Amino acid sequence: MELILALGIGIFAGSGVWLLLRPRTFQVIIGLSLLSYAVNLFIFAMGRLRLGAAPILGPGGTGDPGQFADPVPQALVLTAIVISFATTALFLVVLLAARGLTGTDHVDGRERDS
Amino acid sequence: MDHLVIVPVVLPLLAGAVMVLIGDRSRNLKAALGLLSVLLLLCVAVLLLYLADRPAGAGTPMLRAYLLGDWPSPFGIVLVADRLAALMLVLTSLLALAVLVFSLARWHRKGSHFHPLLQFQLMGLNGAFLTGDLFNLFVFFEVMLAASYGLVLHGSGILRVRAGLHYVAVNLTASLVFLIGVSLIYGVAGTLNMADLATRVPNITGQDRALLEAGAAILGIAFLIKAAMWPLGFWLPTTYAAASTPAAALLSILSKVGICAVLRLWLLLFGTEAGDAAGFGSTWLLTGGLLTIAFGSIAVLATQDMARLAGASVLVSSGTLLAAIGLGQVSVTGGALFYLASSVLAIGAFFLLIELVERGREVGADVLAVTREAFGEEEGLEEEEVGVAIPATMAILGMSFMGCALLLAGLPPLSGFLAKFAMLAPLLAPAPGGTGAVPGTTWALLAALILSGLATVIAMLRAGINVFWAPTDSVVPRVRLIEIAPVILLLLLCIGLTVGAGPAMNYMRATAQSLHVPQDYVRDVLSAPRAGGGGG
Repeated sequence: MELILALGIGIFAGSGVWLLLRPRTFQVIIGLSLLSYAVNLFIFAMGRLRLGAAPILGPGGTGDPGQFADPVPQALVLTAIVISFATTALFLVVLLAARGLTGTDHVDGRERDS
Repeated sequence: MDHLVIVPVVLPLLAGAVMVLIGDRSRNLKAALGLLSVLLLLCVAVLLLYLADRPAGAGTPMLRAYLLGDWPSPFGIVLVADRLAALMLVLTSLLALAVLVFSLARWHRKGSHFHPLLQFQLMGLNGAFLTGDLFNLFVFFEVMLAASYGLVLHGSGILRVRAGLHYVAVNLTASLVFLIGVSLIYGVAGTLNMADLATRVPNITGQDRALLEAGAAILGIAFLIKAAMWPLGFWLPTTYAAASTPAAALLSILSKVGICAVLRLWLLLFGTEAGDAAGFGSTWLLTGGLLTIAFGSIAVLATQDMARLAGASVLVSSGTLLAAIGLGQVSVTGGALFYLASSVLAIGAFFLLIELVERGREVGADVLAVTREAFGEEEGLEEEEVGVAIPATMAILGMSFMGCALLLAGLPPLSGFLAKFAMLAPLLAPAPGGTGAVPGTTWALLAALILSGLATVIAMLRAGINVFWAPTDSVVPRVRLIEIAPVILLLLLCIGLTVGAGPAMNYMRATAQSLHVPQDYVRDVLSAPRAGGGGG
């Protein structure tokens, strides 16, 4: 499972970075989304992988910390998802405004002369 | 428990939210609300500064820690108002006051939601300075950035949208890098509280330490993108030159947020107490800072456009601060903090002044004045706004320009010179018990500071001659009192900093001392009393 997760994060991050460096704004925004998926999975993995464990303690006691999943990264992931979703939406607005004003979807606002 | 510490976050949030509800119906009401909020912020910030500087008596903590939701310290999020945070709060609210008053002349009418965006920007800035939690720092960074995206685009136009697109893309990527760094640090250390982290770093050894350092380095990259260290700062001059004048002036403090974060975290995590990890990354900060100064100086010399000149001087000041911090000496850091205060005020004043000065110039007089393109379409509106023009406009503008030039270049008699002197004097003083030899890095910093000052003088002289002396048929710009007053306020503050350099420098030294020896910070944050009487 570690291998699959690591490969998944790697593929997401690699594709994200590649797309981020492409000249079209749509590719950039998809790249940013993929990169944020990779980062979210990465944050999640930093709480260690544990199957079938609840992120809360049993009622009334401190319980055994070895028996439950770390809740902090899950909270962080939630926050990160919300924030990156919102900022990506904001980027989408800027992208559309740039498309409307410059008439091209090149990130520099003009086609490269070639 | 006193709630003073959270006021700088909650007040702009409330003001901004009310402004969003008011909508576009009454701009005067929003302006009044904004002014009220900023003035209150200034009072709170000054009060916090006073409280932070009060000598600690027996039993009273050195700093004020505020437990959000009253969760005990290492577990909940904590806001900390120490000397550095209080200083930055005061600078932010002063700059915000100047920017807001300036924008009331005309800029706040150029687009919708200028006032709420300004408030949210202040909330993000204040929160980022106050927070004592790494992930909370990320959240406040995002609040700050989201508002700054809106401010950069304020006024619209092709140039702004084009520069804004790059700005947003760069900063979104930086935020993701920030998250990777934070989660790596959490994965190794198991805590996000900065003070708690500082106590755990010395005990992290072996492979874990390599991971921790990797996490810190990645986090550092995110901060340095904000601080615009070379080669991460290419976005800065373009964005700042394209942004509307008040937005650019306010954005100039954003780069200082990155520097403050580096200063605080680096000294907390990798200060002298960090065991084997102590001093990690200092070479990078120093070298990066020096390269940034070099790049900024070349940019200052190369640019023909005043707004880009201001952007380039932001780069120079970032580089100076990073290099001075990278040396890791208490006395140098004290000087750097003085420089920070002086340069925030000076660059803010310069950004505001540029527009007033350029207003008198013929359209197209400047071959490379790309900003004209953006201003061109607003010409029509400008004409009908006569307002109350002030007398002796050119004289006042010229004096202000000269003040900015002296401050930015670091020439006597203003505070820019004192700041550079305060950084360089301890470097050249023979260390007690040392051989008296001055290391090469010191000479490099010395040369960089002096050469960057020279470059700034040349560039400012050239710009000044072009604007004030060269044109024969230029019209006297129509400047309203509320536009020039903020510039003069900021410059007067710099003069105040010069006259009151003694007490100011003492404060900066105490700040640097508490940053370099963070035991008090750690102890006070971790033992912050709970309001509910839980006793921590």
